[in-house]
Amino acid sequence: MTGQSYKLVSCTINGKKCEKMVDVRSSLTDMLRNDYRLTSVKKGCEVGECGACNVLINGEAFNSCIYLAVWAEGKDILTLEGLMGPNGEISDLQQAFIDEAAIQCGFCTPGFVMSATEILNSGKLYSKEELRKLLSGHLCRCTGYENILVAVEKTMKKRLGVD
Amino acid sequence: MYDIKALYEATSVDDACRLLKEHPGSQVIAGGSDVLVQIREGKRAGKELVSIYMLDELRGICLDADENIRIGSLTSFSHITKNPIIQKYINVLGEAVDQIGGPQIRNIGTIGGNTCNGVTSADSASTLFAWDAQVEIAGEGYRRLVPINEFYIKAGTVDLKEGEIQTAIIIPKKAYEGYKGHYIKYAMREAMDIATTGCSVNVKLSEDKKSFEDVRIAYGVAGPIPMRVPSAENFIRGKEVNEENIEAFAQKVLEDINPRDSWRASKAFRCHIGVVMARKACEKAVKQAGGKVDDRTEL
Repeated sequence: MTGQSYKLVSCTINGKKCEKMVDVRSSLTDMLRNDYRLTSVKKGCEVGECGACNVLINGEAFNSCIYLAVWAEGKDILTLEGLMGPNGEISDLQQAFIDEAAIQCGFCTPGFVMSATEILNSGKLYSKEELRKLLSGHLCRCTGYENILVAVEKTMKKRLGVD
Repeated sequence: MYDIKALYEATSVDDACRLLKEHPGSQVIAGGSDVLVQIREGKRAGKELVSIYMLDELRGICLDADENIRIGSLTSFSHITKNPIIQKYINVLGEAVDQIGGPQIRNIGTIGGNTCNGVTSADSASTLFAWDAQVEIAGEGYRRLVPINEFYIKAGTVDLKEGEIQTAIIIPKKAYEGYKGHYIKYAMREAMDIATTGCSVNVKLSEDKKSFEDVRIAYGVAGPIPMRVPSAENFIRGKEVNEENIEAFAQKVLEDINPRDSWRASKAFRCHIGVVMARKACEKAVKQAGGKVDDRTEL
């Protein structure tokens, strides 16, 4: 490194204001896992194809493996850990993943749940085809796609009060 | 950790141009969904990067005083698709960029990055060619405009000189007013795939919707860079809207397109789908413009 190699990055992570010196070569995945111990952010393909490292930045889904940590400056970041209720409860969406057996090995789950969080936060009612497209940035190598789709669809309908 | 020699973060457009001049051989990084992946692959490893990602002045879409559509180069694909100006005037661009990668890629990928890459398969590029887009380029203290067909020089090379970055894509009012368009991406998968071939057509019909006043057609992956198809355009201009003319128009594209054999598809296959795509995209565009053509089998 010939340039500046560390930079102070201030951001909000799961509702808390945070600030740390970060190696400028870090991806956001590196920062969230190594500096903040948020290990729901998985290292999968590390080239933005599998979606295991997906987090919400200002409410939108991003593969944190192809996002420079320094770009987190001033951003509002939400990881799976941020979905936890005040007494450690899981969210209705995560419960639906359990109920629908939408989890096998679990590696892709945090990424899927975060994409689904963005989808459900929109407050819109999507068709199954639309949900399929909105979830298409994730790979599940146990190939449990159908159950994942059902879990997201059921939670969406429940939240919107439709059958 | 990425194998990056140094990272310089630009604080303004001028600062970005200055940093690029100060560090010859450095690489601009916008959203990074190509650059960072290439660093991982080793292709661009060990480089100095000039990040422009934090320059919010390069984001957003607006109509300028002359009602030309101005798209800031850092505008993400998902924001283009959701934008009301795009939806109202050139919805086909929103539809085209909605077929890139997957949802997370469309949140990070930028239209500037998609075009500055100089790759023929960029889903935005053929549509931008078809709409006569202008590319705004900034150097230290100046800006210049280049038509998109001149912006692309050869595969992987665009008209950006040392110390220059792309700042906006402009669709002139005279290029979009009265036109309706359709884009078809042909790929093996419905998500996270690169186009085998892409075809974008827009049409302007006569007032009675019976003849073609103008048609523009452009392809991705029909040659080393995105391209227009003048033979087909010249053939159909002024002709009656009917199945026969559209079929002949589609056959005409073979005079101009020049796809190659690659591991994705053969030249023969790309020529075949090139014709089918031209016909289908033209029919869809005609329908959107209020004209009538008989329905045929889906691609």
